[in-house]
Amino acid sequence: MAQSVIKVVDIKKSFGAVKALKGVSLEIAPGEIHCLAGENGCGKSTLIKVISGVHAPDSGHIEFGGKVYTKISPIESIMNGVQVIYQDFSIFPNLTVMENLVFNSELKDRRKFVNWKRFRRIAQQAVDRIGFKVDLNARVGDLSVADKQLVAICRALMFNAKLIIMDEPTTALTTKEVNALFKIIMSLKEQGIAILFVSHKLNEVFEISERFTILRSGEKIITGNTSELDDKKFTYYMTGREFEDLRFKPKNVSKEPLLEVENLGLTGYFHDVSFSLKRGEILGITGLLGSGRTELALSLFGIHPADQGKIRIKGQEVVIDSVESAMKYNIGYVPEDRLSEGLFLPQSIADNIVISELENISSKTGIIDQKKRKAEIERWVKELGVATNNPANACNTLSGGNQQKVVLAKWLSRNLDVLILNGPTVGVDIGAKHDIHTILQNLAHEGLGIIIISDDLPEILQNSSKIIIMKNGTVTAELNPEEIDEDKLSEYMMGGNE
Amino acid sequence: MRKKVKSLLSKHEFYISLVIVLLCIMIEVRSGQFFTPNNLVDLSSALIVPGLFAIGAFMVIVSGGIDVSFPALASLSVYATTKILTDANYKGGILLPIVMVLVFGALLGAFNGFFIARLKLPTMIITLGTSSVFRGIMQGVLNSTQIPNIPEGMKNFGNAALFVAKNQQLGLTSRMPVAVLVLIAAIALAYFVLRYTMFGRALFAIGGNETSAYRAGFNVGRTKFILYVIVGAVSSLAGLIRTCMMGQMHPTNMLGMEMMIIAGVVLGGVAITGGDGTLTGCMLGTILIVMVQNSLILLGVPTYWQEFFLGTLIIVGTGISAMQVMRNKRRLVSRKLEEGS
Repeated sequence: MAQSVIKVVDIKKSFGAVKALKGVSLEIAPGEIHCLAGENGCGKSTLIKVISGVHAPDSGHIEFGGKVYTKISPIESIMNGVQVIYQDFSIFPNLTVMENLVFNSELKDRRKFVNWKRFRRIAQQAVDRIGFKVDLNARVGDLSVADKQLVAICRALMFNAKLIIMDEPTTALTTKEVNALFKIIMSLKEQGIAILFVSHKLNEVFEISERFTILRSGEKIITGNTSELDDKKFTYYMTGREFEDLRFKPKNVSKEPLLEVENLGLTGYFHDVSFSLKRGEILGITGLLGSGRTELALSLFGIHPADQGKIRIKGQEVVIDSVESAMKYNIGYVPEDRLSEGLFLPQSIADNIVISELENISSKTGIIDQKKRKAEIERWVKELGVATNNPANACNTLSGGNQQKVVLAKWLSRNLDVLILNGPTVGVDIGAKHDIHTILQNLAHEGLGIIIISDDLPEILQNSSKIIIMKNGTVTAELNPEEIDEDKLSEYMMGGNE
Repeated sequence: MRKKVKSLLSKHEFYISLVIVLLCIMIEVRSGQFFTPNNLVDLSSALIVPGLFAIGAFMVIVSGGIDVSFPALASLSVYATTKILTDANYKGGILLPIVMVLVFGALLGAFNGFFIARLKLPTMIITLGTSSVFRGIMQGVLNSTQIPNIPEGMKNFGNAALFVAKNQQLGLTSRMPVAVLVLIAAIALAYFVLRYTMFGRALFAIGGNETSAYRAGFNVGRTKFILYVIVGAVSSLAGLIRTCMMGQMHPTNMLGMEMMIIAGVVLGGVAITGGDGTLTGCMLGTILIVMVQNSLILLGVPTYWQEFFLGTLIIVGTGISAMQVMRNKRRLVSRKLEEGS
């Protein structure tokens, strides 16, 4: 390999008793796009923080073009051309694009006074470098997520960056924005800038990176060329587990439909949606953002009640005009953004589990029966395999996958008939994703009717017994997952065959 | 041109100016006394102390904190200064009291700043604590009582007039205190610091996102420490001016002013969550509060209604800005949806 941009050798780092990094090495060449992957808690973030100088390693060293550091300060790291683009972009939403761009360099030059003309000149140079068209006087808080990220990238480029570390840069971007970002990454590569790209999304790793490193529990599992990597191996390296293909095969399907929807519509969002769901079935609904899929789910759960069409439950026509009425008919909803809509994050895991069944575990006077409460909590933590040693801990101490399990527990404790999930595994690790899919399939076998709304096509294919595609607010196709593959499905979604 | 109008309409300062103008007209129509020279001078003179306090409160709120200790801090440093000087039978001018009060204020501000920069606690909690400490020292340790005869030099400064305005109709006169120059100078200085120094921009940056500020290379701890030293000094100076203008030192007279001052700043469109707001807005909000306090009497409204009106004003004022925030959010969401589809 040519002279490397950075060489990390045998880094160890512990926090108290927790060994976050157990001797990790990594080498990146100029202009290389290197993907760093691993599940939550594998030590990715710690490694980044060691490289950027936030954490001092316990042992091992870092080399920049021959210079060896056993400990590096944030400033030394920047001086050696390392720039980190954090997940939150580290921006000031209340200030203009201009100020966001210039602060770092002004502070580096130890300036005490502000010269707005100089600010503008420096900022203009920064955005010109990647041809980013933006109003320098715009408030950064008013920009789209993708533009905020570009601001962060422009800022990183101002320091003669040789290595740009991007921490899960695609999380909040749309497909179009991801493509634009990849174009920029490629052009940086041409300028000889190396990129360390942190991600656990398989398709991105394949698309953008040449080489990859996978960490698991603080250890480096493998470094190699992406061309030698495939789905199965990737998952195995990340989790250390082999997953058998979990295609859903409905077993106990009821004769009578559980939920029937006829020409349902909500003015301005969706119209003429019809389908039926039996016990034991999983209905997959997919479509692009804005196709009406989320609004449909919200209507079925009474948040935005539908204004046209009929809903029948167990053959009886019902009106769902509020969350209370949806809950009365034993419908549960797991929202897309579980963080803000599905959980009380600072509250304990235990309280989150029992929140929707309080009436069942409390006496007539409204006092909670502590024994029943404890029994319920133990039951669900065990049944769903929530990884916690103490349910009294706050929910935000859990990883995404385990949080999702708590959301599920919250609903399942109510003995539902219909469970609607919107993006059930968004932002969840592969291992936990697998667990959640298993749980959902078992629930269906036990007689629950499940609706999964997702744009994760493999997820829809793997877990549905029936798929409907939504486009421009209505159903454009009803498909049997046995008969199609991912490419076909995506074709239907884009609506190329209208 | 249309763009200009639109940007004016989106500015909080425009609406608050509108309210002030309406209130002026209302008072003038009811009493015919608002636009008399002596009333305007009285108003300006009443604005000096709250204006200085507001500058400090504004800088703190912009940096993402809330300081409720400044009246107690000012009371303590002014009381200490006055007490020492009266006991020493001080006969000199105003310069020494000013220097003393600035030093005391800076020291007490440093006390605030030390805890705020070191401990990662909400500033309101810390300043609630230090506020009690300051009051305790003043009333317990210094055993404070009213000082009716403050040094001559202080009294003279309080009475010194820039000019005298006369109301021909009623034969009333009002003096414009020299101290108004202090307020003007402080506003000019604050404007310069906030706009043209990295320290000033650091306050906005920290108020916007403290973690980002740290990562960008701002020395967050030191910036906060310096901020509270400055606020301590400015607030104490305001306290001294108030004492001089009243001609006596009343130790508990300023306590409780913090709510009114913070309300004025927030009314001026300064985000209580930090990072957003202008000095102009802050001053307009303070003017509005002072006007309501001083002028309701001209409207023939009994003084005990003052609090009622102040409260209503605060609810309406903050309600409007909360609504603006919500509207902006909604606009963003709908734009996102459009981009997505």
